[in-house]
Amino acid sequence: MLRPLPLLTVLVLAGPVLIGIAGTVLPAIGLGPVGQGLGLGPFHQVLDWPGLPRATAVSVLSGVLSTLGALGVAALILAGWQGTATFRALERLLSPLLAVPHAAAALGLAFVIAPSGWIARLPAQALGWSVPPDLLILQDPWGLSLTAGLIAKELPFLLLMMLAALGQVEHRRRMAITRSLGHGRVAGWMKTVFPGVYAQVRLPVMVVLVYGMTNVDVATILGPNTPPTLSVQVTRWMLDPDLALRSVAAAGALVQVAAVAMTLALWVGAERLCAALGRAWIWSGRGLPETTLRALGVSLAGLSALALLAGLAALALWSLAAGWRFPDLAPEALTLRSWSRFGPEMIAVAGTTLAIAATATLLSLILVIGCLEAEHRFGLTVGQRALWFLYLPLLVPQVAFLPGLLLPAWLGVGPGTGVVIAGHVVFVLPYVFLSLSGPYRAWDTRIARVAAGLGATPDRILWRLRLPMLLAPVLTACAIGVAVSVGQYLPTLLLGAGRVSTLATEAVALAAGGNRRAIGVWGVGQSLAALMPFVLALAIPALVFRNRKAMVRD
Amino acid sequence: MRLPILATLAITTLPAMAEQPDPMDWPAVLAEAEGQTVYWHAWGGSTTTNDFIAWIGERAAEQGVTLEHVKLADTADAVGLVLSERQAGKDTGGSVDMIWINGANFASMKEQDLLFGPFAEALPNWQYVDVEGKTVTTDFTVPTEGYESPWAMAQVVFIHDSDRVDTPPTSAPALLDWAQAHPGRFTFPQPPDFLGTTFLKQMLIDLVEDPVVLQSPVGEDYAEVSAPLWDFMDALTPVLWRQGRAYPQTGPRQLQLMNDGEVDIAISFSPGEATAAIANYELPSTARTYVLDKGTLGNASFVAIPYNANAAAGAMVVADIILSPEAQLRAQTPDILGYGTVLDMDKLPEADRAAFEALDLGVATLSPAELGQAQAEPHPTWAERLAADWVARYGVAN
Repeated sequence: MLRPLPLLTVLVLAGPVLIGIAGTVLPAIGLGPVGQGLGLGPFHQVLDWPGLPRATAVSVLSGVLSTLGALGVAALILAGWQGTATFRALERLLSPLLAVPHAAAALGLAFVIAPSGWIARLPAQALGWSVPPDLLILQDPWGLSLTAGLIAKELPFLLLMMLAALGQVEHRRRMAITRSLGHGRVAGWMKTVFPGVYAQVRLPVMVVLVYGMTNVDVATILGPNTPPTLSVQVTRWMLDPDLALRSVAAAGALVQVAAVAMTLALWVGAERLCAALGRAWIWSGRGLPETTLRALGVSLAGLSALALLAGLAALALWSLAAGWRFPDLAPEALTLRSWSRFGPEMIAVAGTTLAIAATATLLSLILVIGCLEAEHRFGLTVGQRALWFLYLPLLVPQVAFLPGLLLPAWLGVGPGTGVVIAGHVVFVLPYVFLSLSGPYRAWDTRIARVAAGLGATPDRILWRLRLPMLLAPVLTACAIGVAVSVGQYLPTLLLGAGRVSTLATEAVALAAGGNRRAIGVWGVGQSLAALMPFVLALAIPALVFRNRKAMVRD
Repeated sequence: MRLPILATLAITTLPAMAEQPDPMDWPAVLAEAEGQTVYWHAWGGSTTTNDFIAWIGERAAEQGVTLEHVKLADTADAVGLVLSERQAGKDTGGSVDMIWINGANFASMKEQDLLFGPFAEALPNWQYVDVEGKTVTTDFTVPTEGYESPWAMAQVVFIHDSDRVDTPPTSAPALLDWAQAHPGRFTFPQPPDFLGTTFLKQMLIDLVEDPVVLQSPVGEDYAEVSAPLWDFMDALTPVLWRQGRAYPQTGPRQLQLMNDGEVDIAISFSPGEATAAIANYELPSTARTYVLDKGTLGNASFVAIPYNANAAAGAMVVADIILSPEAQLRAQTPDILGYGTVLDMDKLPEADRAAFEALDLGVATLSPAELGQAQAEPHPTWAERLAADWVARYGVAN
């Protein structure tokens, strides 16, 4: 029963990616119905596009900078503040923001930082400006506002991942020792805890890196347009009415894959370099400017949380706004008109969205626990090289394989909810795996040995000991799975042939229209749909383990 | 009349048509449509349009047809879907039953034989369509030949905030003068967005000596013909909003900029849009519209049925409902859609005509007389070439 699960999981993850890439490579080299015959014509067209150097540079830059930023701030916060009341407050503030879908967060943020947005309205009110300043803040050519938006959105993700990993590195004992040796809080954490934590969150970090370089939704809203990032341009070629451009889009997608691969290789090289430098630093015994770094960490994290929260508040306020013009800080009146206009449909679609998310997450959870348990019982590890297959769907840019993945048509299966759920599993499963595998493997197996010695079967150990003890990480994994599913846009659109409406497809379609009130209603709905599971993931363990304090993660 | 249509039918689409309904036999179409579900792929970016399509769905339900609006971010998504289905050999039972379409998307689908038809002239309500006075049988100069059915007329208007702009500029040179006197207060949706491309076409028509050259496909003299436009754009771009380093991506977002007080003049392809936007709090109540001295571009929106549609009969029933005087009147009502009707007032029954005449077009909508005769759309190749050229010149930072 358990034995075939690891192989099945690898097939579920890698199969669609490999088929999809084949479907992208063929048109890129001029084959297939839209091709002009075997050749490198499409690549020449991509290379001839004058925006290519800048688009590629902005893609790579925003990906690398946002990853470094989010990772750095998350580390500073954990290093400087873990265990304090400030940290618990920040954690409570940041964790729910993980659930906020990227598009909704970006739209809210755009309203906050635009020259006609909330921040600029403060001086406008004070100084009596009648028109906003003509400043290029949003969509700046180097993608800095895009990078800032990505940092704000990825920080909660990395922080949660690192928190989940903390339990596995005995951080409290390590910190006790470094502190007793006279190291500062930040320096001590960076020297003894960070290396262990980073090793556990390495793949999530790379996923953040790839997402930063290849996302379409955030880059469309916050990113530059003259030229856009590479992934946005590839999507535009794909959607161009001139069908011949589809092969150019395919070639562009492969250029994107090459850029991602090179950046990942450089990242791995940089990891080695940092490790060497870090070792030298550890041996040197030198410390860090503790006060400055602690202040920096808390202010950056606070700022990013505040910006996202203000964006969400803006979405909520827009959904209730009557007229609202510059430089007013609030609408002239509140009305439920937008809710009565868009609310009923939104709630119906939210039902479909959550049903899809719950099914995809449950399927993923069964596969993941099956894999991990098979690994535990039979030593059936998928192997380090095969492990990379598991992360393929997250590390290969979506634009590179989704268009080539006309799975429904190939298999003769009609597009619909079933295929969409299957597609979501491909993206949900890795996140569930990423978030659950660490805690699962780190579970103290001596407990299992003791139980077995008392006569318990492996199944009984799984159901009565391991899973209950791992309740918190399992629920966190579920919440992440649901949030990932709720945020999926491209897979839902393509695999559902546009017939399966979810909160993500509706919100992005509306984002094209720019109606802030409708975006407000749908954005609030999408955020709530993704948020609820996290509330449950926090509340249930606290309730179940209320008499077992040591089981509740701190 | 019927013979050539049937001949075309036989030549172009016979193999795929084997199981598709015959538009000429309307009672059979109605019978087949009963119980079908029609997936209408239409741009979903406008909430007013979405509400209108939902209303059409209620009318369709009365005839036993279930209408599902598949909301697109871009019409090309649907074109791509039909194409990929053909690539996969799915010649029947396709997932797209009807598309809101015009211009380059239509030209592309027609050229690749991806369309069902001809069907438009067989629809019962076709009798009311204004075939002579409105451009409903050509689409960006490409003859429709019954492969798409019109549903709304559109014409370029410029929206200005009358609080901030006293005398709106009514020609391309005047617009340039105004923009230079008010730097940073004008922009347009970024080409290749259709509205941004429309702005380029509109300026070219206004600047070129004789716009007739634009009716033929782009030829050898492209550089010469388009030169005045690029001189104009070179002068205009530095005084645009954000010095032309960023643009709104769509028309509605451009209106949002106007509501945020970031710009004072905006382009629209719907004469009633400003009135509807004021009613929805999306524009200041001081917004008004105007057209250029030489007139502005006009075209029609259509619905087309893919060759492999699963519910072609149901789609024809829906297309016919859209052409009904009741639906057309609703579409023209300013706070609902404010789209121009495709019907000929003289052909309508007395009661319907009176209802149209009784419509109050709204505070920011020009009367048909003020709108004037619409200029003809250039051949689709112009839109493509101008948009590509614009992107190469201004759309990629150096």
